[in-house]
Amino acid sequence: MKKVINRTSVVISVLLAMIIVGCSPNSGSNGALSSSVAERVYVAPGEQDEYYAFLSGGYSGNLTVYGLPSGRMFKEIPVFSQFPTSGYGYSEETKPMFETSHGFVPWDDAHHPDISQTNGELDGRWIFINGNNTPRIARISLSTFETEEIIEVPNSAGNHSSSFVTENTEYVVAGTRFSVPVPQRDMPIDEYKGNFKGALSFISVDPEHGHMDIKFQIIMPGFNYDLSHPGRGKSHGWMFFSTYNTEEANSLQEVNSSQNDKDFIAAINWKVIEEYVNNGGGTKMPAEYAHNVYDESTHMATSTMKKEVLTVNPIDIPGAIYFLPTPKSPHGCDVDPSGEYIIGSGKLSADLTVHSFDKMIAAIEAEKFDGDAYGIPILNYEDVLAGTVRSGGLGPLHTEFDGKGNAYTTFFISSEVVKWELGTWEVLDRQPTYYSVGHLMIPGGNSRKPFGKYVVAMNKITKDRYLPVGPEMEHSAQIYDISGDKMELLYDFPTHGEPHYAAGIPAELLAPKAKKFYKLEDNKHPYAVTTPNEVTIERKGNEVHISMATIRSHFTPDNIEGIKVGDKVYFHITNQEQDFDVPHGFAMIGQNSSELLIMPGQTKSSVWEPKKVGVWPFYCTDFCSALHQEMQGYIRVSPRNSSIALKWSLDGDELN
Amino acid sequence: MKKPTINLLLTLLFFVGILGCGGGQSKIDEIKAKTQKAPSDPMAEWQSNKGIGPVKSLILPSEMDPELIASGRQIFESMCSACHKIDKKFIGPSPKDILTRRTPEWTMNMILNPSEMVQKDPIAKQLLIEANGSPMANQNLSEEDARAVLEYFRSL
Repeated sequence: MKKVINRTSVVISVLLAMIIVGCSPNSGSNGALSSSVAERVYVAPGEQDEYYAFLSGGYSGNLTVYGLPSGRMFKEIPVFSQFPTSGYGYSEETKPMFETSHGFVPWDDAHHPDISQTNGELDGRWIFINGNNTPRIARISLSTFETEEIIEVPNSAGNHSSSFVTENTEYVVAGTRFSVPVPQRDMPIDEYKGNFKGALSFISVDPEHGHMDIKFQIIMPGFNYDLSHPGRGKSHGWMFFSTYNTEEANSLQEVNSSQNDKDFIAAINWKVIEEYVNNGGGTKMPAEYAHNVYDESTHMATSTMKKEVLTVNPIDIPGAIYFLPTPKSPHGCDVDPSGEYIIGSGKLSADLTVHSFDKMIAAIEAEKFDGDAYGIPILNYEDVLAGTVRSGGLGPLHTEFDGKGNAYTTFFISSEVVKWELGTWEVLDRQPTYYSVGHLMIPGGNSRKPFGKYVVAMNKITKDRYLPVGPEMEHSAQIYDISGDKMELLYDFPTHGEPHYAAGIPAELLAPKAKKFYKLEDNKHPYAVTTPNEVTIERKGNEVHISMATIRSHFTPDNIEGIKVGDKVYFHITNQEQDFDVPHGFAMIGQNSSELLIMPGQTKSSVWEPKKVGVWPFYCTDFCSALHQEMQGYIRVSPRNSSIALKWSLDGDELN
Repeated sequence: MKKPTINLLLTLLFFVGILGCGGGQSKIDEIKAKTQKAPSDPMAEWQSNKGIGPVKSLILPSEMDPELIASGRQIFESMCSACHKIDKKFIGPSPKDILTRRTPEWTMNMILNPSEMVQKDPIAKQLLIEANGSPMANQNLSEEDARAVLEYFRSL
């Protein structure tokens, strides 16, 4: 009997506990349950994440959007790669986004996203990302989450020390990793030394529209410019680039570029150079580079080939550029939120080198130089050194900051994130990563105001973290809680492609201004159908333009006759819906292209060249309503010499 | 011997749980509302049905406003005519003589708040079935726009 009573009281207690927990939704942060790691990344069904995270997709060419802390992926934003899911790069409107001086390049290696800033803080207007292979910088709207602009970067190769923004997004910066002949010419490769050059491009960003324009290129010595970060606060106006291969080797760089004990961080006072070019300085050089702009009102991109770029020779602007000796082929080049410390991660070293901005200025003012490289003054290592972090790890790569005086550095070889204190250079904590971490990201970590709650480590090797899916695995990422003294591993999630850098921002800064649909009345596409009465079909020789309307759940028109083999048929589809999340798809049998996914109020176009006589169906690919399966139509294709007239209708009503 | 006591306790706690969470009276009302029989023909009671949405009460002036009609016609053609024809039932019903079948408030609320209407309003629910489940699209008209469209309907 006693046993029964005991059991009763246990049951009662459990139920009472359930009632209490069930009634107060905010109980998670208090009491015994807060120790549950799972709960800290659990975003209950219907609830939303605290941060957006934008992870570069590396060789996928795109940018992926995740929620933190859940690690849920929300969207893949196509940037440098054709994307059949939406028709990006396949639709007539977006094909120009891929134009370059090398022709249509439908892929790139996307690296380092960076969110626009005002006064050194994230303003959430745009996000920039670099294409590494065929040098390009893209600007993505953070209202539509679509790529709006891509500018090619001439005189550059392996566009890697990119695309970092200055404190007020005055510039987005793009530096070359591979030096090349500038201008390009036919010459022996082994004459690299002294002849190849590294172009560092400062691309101005129009404060209103975000439109990019190469303001100037600094034609630097032929080193490899690996990464860069802007000065901020007191060092605003400066940009810092890490270099390696100061040996200027042109072969077996894995050995030959690691000979010098120290390479450089290049400190560039872009305000001085800006003033120099504003006063007529610099040399205009013939060049060829594409500038591709997508217009939200016409829903179309245009491509312009530019023919000239303004170049600056470092020796013509004394006082603008200095070299800071930095050990062991530095990779990451990161600036702390105060703007005082410039951290060079010598990737072949165990230690981090921290330079002091104040010491650098003092050494420059005292003109204490240790010679020069191609006319650029070299400062003394000891004069600019603020401290060394004796990390105990191996292979430091990148550093982010929590805004509370701490820095977090990834170590590729020893597979860990190390937390250390700015100023004392003392290591406070270390946590393993799984495995071989590359970049890491704290939301706002590259700004004056980081949001130091989580850090995400992006790894290069996955191995056994997930169920095996053949030889290739998506890369793993880990999220750590960094709100306490020690980092705590919370969660592990797969990412897409190969994330290099990432950028994060509080959801409250973006979510309220995310676009829900495009207004039909603002649609200025030349083939837009803003009312179904405007649907039309126009023949110009063998070119046929079909302006079609869609709404749940039919196409207007849905029966079309008079198309002939050999015609080049343009479908221009306007989605008439004016509501959130009601896209319609369009797919035509045998079309040598992708589908179109058309957002409400938007017009998209694709080409179909029918090769066979018959009656061919098209349909909506997006399950749009209960009658989605009915959302289809037919096109009659007659022989080449047929005299059947163009005719289009809906429900038996002829519309022409 | 103790078993019934345990069951009683459990039952009691269960109710405390339910009531404790949501305010007891409204739960009971909700259950009542769910189990009540729907009126047999929602259309028959159209005169007292103002629908669900921002328009609570609307008294139409006897004179029609030609300017409002013109603007309403334009909005209708751009936003509505993909699914509604004047002279016939198309995807949805013809708006002709709508005010002999629906109140002005209901009509505007159907334009402005279709998702909630087809879930909750008895007439709108019935119409959704008649349209084979094809939903009325929310075209995000302003209240002003919807009023203009209503004026256009009056003129038909």
